[in-house]
Amino acid sequence: MPDDAAAQREFEARIAAGETVEPKDWMPERYRKQLIRMMSQHAHSEIVGMLPEGNWITRAPTLRRKMGLLAKVQDEAGHGLYIYCGAETLGVSRAELIDQLLTGKAKYASIFNYPTLTWADIGAIGWFVDGAAIVNQTMLAKASYGPYARAMIRICKEENFHKRQGYEIMATLAAGTPAQKRMAQDAVDRWWWPSLMMFGPSDKDSPNSAELTRWGVKRKSNDELRQRFVNLTVAQARAIDLTLPDPALRYDEATKDWHFGPIDWAEFDRVIHGDGPLNRERLAARNEAHASGAWVREAAAAYAAKRAAESGGSAAAA
Amino acid sequence: MASTAHPAKRKGEPGAVPALDPALRAALVQYLLRLGDDRLVLGHRLSEWCGHAPILEEDIALANIALDLIGEATLFLRLAGETEGAGRDEDALAYLREAIDYRNVLLVELPRGDFAVTIVRHFLFGVAAYYQLEGLTRSTHPALAGIAAKALKETRYHVRHAGEWLLKLGDGTAESHGRAQAALDDLWRYTGEMFLTDAVDEILVGAGLVPDLAPLEAPWRAQVTDVVRRATLRVPESGYMQRGGRVGRHTEHLGHLLAEMQILQRSNPGATW
Repeated sequence: MPDDAAAQREFEARIAAGETVEPKDWMPERYRKQLIRMMSQHAHSEIVGMLPEGNWITRAPTLRRKMGLLAKVQDEAGHGLYIYCGAETLGVSRAELIDQLLTGKAKYASIFNYPTLTWADIGAIGWFVDGAAIVNQTMLAKASYGPYARAMIRICKEENFHKRQGYEIMATLAAGTPAQKRMAQDAVDRWWWPSLMMFGPSDKDSPNSAELTRWGVKRKSNDELRQRFVNLTVAQARAIDLTLPDPALRYDEATKDWHFGPIDWAEFDRVIHGDGPLNRERLAARNEAHASGAWVREAAAAYAAKRAAESGGSAAAA
Repeated sequence: MASTAHPAKRKGEPGAVPALDPALRAALVQYLLRLGDDRLVLGHRLSEWCGHAPILEEDIALANIALDLIGEATLFLRLAGETEGAGRDEDALAYLREAIDYRNVLLVELPRGDFAVTIVRHFLFGVAAYYQLEGLTRSTHPALAGIAAKALKETRYHVRHAGEWLLKLGDGTAESHGRAQAALDDLWRYTGEMFLTDAVDEILVGAGLVPDLAPLEAPWRAQVTDVVRRATLRVPESGYMQRGGRVGRHTEHLGHLLAEMQILQRSNPGATW
C-alpha cells in the first residue's frame, strides 16, 4: 500500500508528463470515482439514446433510411456495451451501473429527455447531438485513462458517420417539399438549444471541471467545446438553408468565433433534475425492458449453470 | 460467396434480368414479393425490440438480424420491381402496397410477443428460409441465385442465434420453459404455410428458377424436432394449418404494421427522403 500523498504526487507527475493511466495502475480514489461517473453516464446516454431514435425505426420513410437508422441505433448499443466494459476495468460491475441508471441515481445525457416528434428529428439528432458528441469525444480521446481514451477513438469514427447521415437527412428534407422543409426547420428550432446545453454548465458553474482538467481527463473547458461546436455548425446550417434559432448569432472577426445568445440554464437545470418532457417515460421504458427481460436473463443463467455442472468437477476446480 | 455482395444489378444495366415469357415473369414477380415481404415484415417486427431487449447484447443481435432481413428484402423487392418492369422500385413496393397486396406468410406478421415468441418464430422461420435459400442458390436465374447466396450466409447465423436461445429458454427455468412451449404451441399452426405450393411455384420449379418447397418440409421438421427436443420441449401436434398470406389474405395485424411503416410515404406523396 503506497503512501497516498507520495503516490498521488507521482500519479499527477505521470499525468503531467502525458502518460496514460491503465487499469492496474495506482490511482486516487477520487480519480477512479470521477471516471466511473463519467464513463457510466456516457454508457447510460448511449442506452437511453436508443429510445428517441428507436421511436422512428418502424416509421423510417425508405428502406435505405430504415437500415441506416437501425444500424445507428445498433452502433449505440455497441458503444454502451463497450463503455460499460471499460468502466468495469475500474472495479465496478455492469449490473451495478445499470441498477444506478434504473433507480434514477445515475445521470444520462439530458437531451434524450426531449421527444422525437417528426422524421426530421432523426436528422437533427444525428447532425446536432452526434455532432456535439464528436466535439466532446475528440477531446476525451486524449483523456488520461487509457481504456476510456481508446473507447473514444473507436466510437468517434462511428459517430462521424452518424453525423454525416443525420446531416444528409436534413439536407434532403431542406431541399424537399414545403412540408419537409417545415419539418426540418421545426426540428432545428427544437434541438439547437438543448444541443448547446450538452456541453454542460459554463466553466464557472461546473463543479467537476477543475479536478478533471488537472487529472488530464478533460483537456478543454465546456465553453471552449461549445464554441467549437457552434463555429462548426453555423456554416453547415447555412449550406442547407436552415436557420439556427438564435437572433443574437453573429460573427466576431477578431476572435473568429460565432457569438451566440444566452443559454436558458433554468431549462437545463429543470430537465436534468427530472422535469424534462420525457424523463419519466425514458426511465420507465428502461425499467420496463429490464423487468420484462428478467426471466430471459434468469433462463440464460440457469442454462449456463446446468451446462457447467454437467462438464463436471474439473471445470469447477479450474 | 463474397462476389455476390451486390447481386442485383441496377435498373437499366444490361443483363440484369434474363428474358422471360410473360407467364414466367409474372410468376417470378409474385415469388420475389413472397421472399421480400417475408423478410421485410419479420425485420420490422424484430426492429420493434430495439432499445427494449432483455439484455444489451440482444439489442445488438436483434437489430443486426433485422438489418440483415431488411437488406435481403430490399434486394428481393428491387429485383421484383425490375422483373415486373412497371417502374416500381423497392420503396414503391414496400411503402405503397396495401395489405391485400402483401405476400408474406402469416407467421412473420404476428405481433412480436415476448422474447420466447420472437425466438421461436425466428427459429421456425429461419430453418425453413435456410432450406429454401439453399435451393435458390442453384436457380438458373443468376441475380436470384446471387441474392440467395448472400441471404443464406446471413440465415445460417440467424438460425444459430435463435437455436441457441431456444435451448436456453427450453432448458433454463420453469418459467422460460413454459413460455417457450407456449410460443411453440401458438405458432405451430402457422408453419405449414411456409411449404405450401401453388401455380406460382409450379411454373417456376418447372423452369428451374426455384426449388420445390414441398420436399423441404421433411428436413425442416427433422432439424426443428432435433433442437426442440434438446431444448427439452415438445413438438406440437400438427392440426389445421393457417394460410392465406401468399395470396393476400392476412391477419388483422398486418394492416396496423403497414399503417405505421408507410405513414410518411402515404402522407407526403411524391416526396424524396
